[in-house]
Amino acid sequence: MPIQYYIYLCLALFSIGIVGVLTRRNAIIVFMCIELMLNAVNLLLVAFSKVHNTMALAGDKTSMVGIEAQLFVFFIMVVAAAEVSVGLAIIVMMYRNVHSVDINFLNRLKN
Amino acid sequence: MNISQFLFYFLTLLALFSAVMVVVSKNPVHSVLWLIAVFFAISGHYILLNAQFLAIVNLIVYAGAIMVLFLFVIMLMNLNASAEPQKNNWLKLAGVIAGGCFMMVLVSLVKQANELNNIAVTMGTGEIGLIKNLGKALFNDFVVPFEISSVLFLSAMVGAVVIGKKA
Repeated sequence: MPIQYYIYLCLALFSIGIVGVLTRRNAIIVFMCIELMLNAVNLLLVAFSKVHNTMALAGDKTSMVGIEAQLFVFFIMVVAAAEVSVGLAIIVMMYRNVHSVDINFLNRLKN
Repeated sequence: MNISQFLFYFLTLLALFSAVMVVVSKNPVHSVLWLIAVFFAISGHYILLNAQFLAIVNLIVYAGAIMVLFLFVIMLMNLNASAEPQKNNWLKLAGVIAGGCFMMVLVSLVKQANELNNIAVTMGTGEIGLIKNLGKALFNDFVVPFEISSVLFLSAMVGAVVIGKKA
């Protein structure tokens, strides 16, 4: 499969995430769209790691080039899990204070 | 068209359709369910690329843990479709145009890059995604980031509890 197809897929997923962030007002859905963008980037990292591994395998049959990218994706998932727990706690706190998850409430710092 | 190409197109269509449905669903619970479908499609892509460890971790961490957290929060707040205020249609149109322009610019950039022309992603082969090799690399070269991530988790846990306790 040509690498361009993976790039197009990830670009489309990332752009859908951007459109979601720009058009929705529910803070939880905005947060979910951010997760969608993170996953698009992860998929592209894995695809490029396979490309580099295939190139290195032509010279060395047991090459492990490209394994760093997969570990990078693993660490991105770890950080995303921590980020989601804190982010959702912030959204819950905001809901307790203003009884809404509308992000337009956040543009005024008063109340 | 062989089976892995067919699976690639099928998973791509599933991912894109589910991603669009995440954005356009009125009910937040439906959005979460569509997002789980996106994660399943992306895990399928990982399996096609022979990154089995990442596929399983993606399912367990994202589709399992994070989405359950989202569902709990949504159901705790009792949000339903009518409660959500909508942006006006001009703002929505502006958002769609902005996202579309972003995608168009980058797609035309990729189309012009001749360096990418003869590069193919091999599916279903390769050793680097297997858990044995990843484990060796993780605990030889990446021990320090691994341990630091445990500290990160501890601080995230403490932070979530502290934020949640404040009234």
